[in-house]
Amino acid sequence: MAMFIRVDIDDSVQQDAGLRARLAEICPVDIFALEGERLETVESNLDECTICDLCIEAAGDAVRVVKLYEE
Amino acid sequence: MRFYEHEAKDLLARHGVPLPQRRVALTPEDAATATSDLGGPVVLKSQVLSGGRMKAGGVRFADTPEEAAEAAEAILAIEINGLQPMGVLVEERGEVEQEYYAAVTWDAAVRRPVVIFSDMGGIDIEEVAEQHPEHLSRTHLSNLRPFSDFEAKLAVSRTGVTGNELNRLSRIVGALVQVFLAYDLTLAEINPIGRLAGGAFVALDSHVDMEEEARGTHARLLAGLGIPDEDTRQARPPTEFEIAGAQVDAADTRGVAGRVVEFGGNLGLIIGAGGGSLTLFDAVRGAGGDPANYCEIGGNPSVAKAAALTKLVMSKPGVEKIAVMMNVVSNTRVDIMARGVIKGVIEAGRDPAEAIAIFRIPGSWEDEGVKILERYGVEYVDRSVSMHEAAQRAVEKAAAGTGGG
Ligand code: SF4
Repeated sequence: MAMFIRVDIDDSVQQDAGLRARLAEICPVDIFALEGERLETVESNLDECTICDLCIEAAGDAVRVVKLYEE
Repeated sequence: MRFYEHEAKDLLARHGVPLPQRRVALTPEDAATATSDLGGPVVLKSQVLSGGRMKAGGVRFADTPEEAAEAAEAILAIEINGLQPMGVLVEERGEVEQEYYAAVTWDAAVRRPVVIFSDMGGIDIEEVAEQHPEHLSRTHLSNLRPFSDFEAKLAVSRTGVTGNELNRLSRIVGALVQVFLAYDLTLAEINPIGRLAGGAFVALDSHVDMEEEARGTHARLLAGLGIPDEDTRQARPPTEFEIAGAQVDAADTRGVAGRVVEFGGNLGLIIGAGGGSLTLFDAVRGAGGDPANYCEIGGNPSVAKAAALTKLVMSKPGVEKIAVMMNVVSNTRVDIMARGVIKGVIEAGRDPAEAIAIFRIPGSWEDEGVKILERYGVEYVDRSVSMHEAAQRAVEKAAAGTGGG
């Protein structure tokens, strides 16, 4: 169970195959994974998030990186 | 990395240091054959990676092959400081008229190699330094200038040795320096150099240690000496804790969690960064602390790696608290370390606010790290608190047995 980071993926991402593929490729710590027609987060990698914002740059508001320790 | 005496002597031989004729024997029968090949009185010495051989009965004398076989059998059965001998070195034995001491090592205080020479060899050199300082010389070498034979001569002559002896001993000392420099050694020692009846000088015993990190550079040399990669040459076999530490490091290529060494104390250490591990370990000892372990974590480890190492240290019986301390970091991230350490403590079933005596990792992503530590109630200190002060505080908290900030 991730303790420090949660990543929310908006439903709109699931409609865009190109964006799904880009997110799966872009994250340096493999937080996104393609599962069939869907993009999922990999629970065991979430706490490795480097807060590099590459996913935000690619998807804008459609991806949210939440620092659980700030909540 | 330690070398057996016979390997050390092979290195010396490559650089022209005069040595007694010798053979390595693995069995009493080998020792008898070696003695008859050498054709005279011999000395038989346990090949073990430990000092104290003479006292333990690991050095014996023989005049005939039969006596040598008997001596070898006895030596091979003797464990010295928990270590089994790998064999016996059988050497021709001459009459020694005088003994000398020569060594090259690093002087950490001035960060230069130093040649130590004495005309009182064969005994504990610390004792000579204390009781007969006029019989011991220390000659520092340059890190920039190439070594000159003159420096070897200086080292020997400073103890009052002159004439032909000076020339012959200087050649041995010069060769010893070459060995030290050529193989990235941390210590190259001959104790004693013997002057035999008849005037010949020979290296009677030798001790050589190589920088662990230099194994790769000298892979061919080590292969030539018959030392396989898996022969770690540690003074004792690794403990279960140390094996688990190596597994933590090997399981994840991100960053380093290396050199995990187990000690018997109660304060767990998660330490590293730019030589910080040694400084911090010494600081904990200097403050009267009793470390449970040594380790070197850094190189931007993953959260998983930092967590796994922390969990391992925290799970060691008797460890109530850990100190998480580093020099200033630039590559390693403070927030990633904070996440990993807190995760490891929680996975070990402990409360980070209680278990982490101090967290002192200043550097990149520090503000983010502080937010995480504050969230979990962990005491944090920044770079305005020196590593020594941080160690002192950690030791005090471990002694008090209470947590919190
Ligand atoms: S911020 Fe970077 S590391 Fe974190 S999920 Fe996005 S791409 Fe991955």
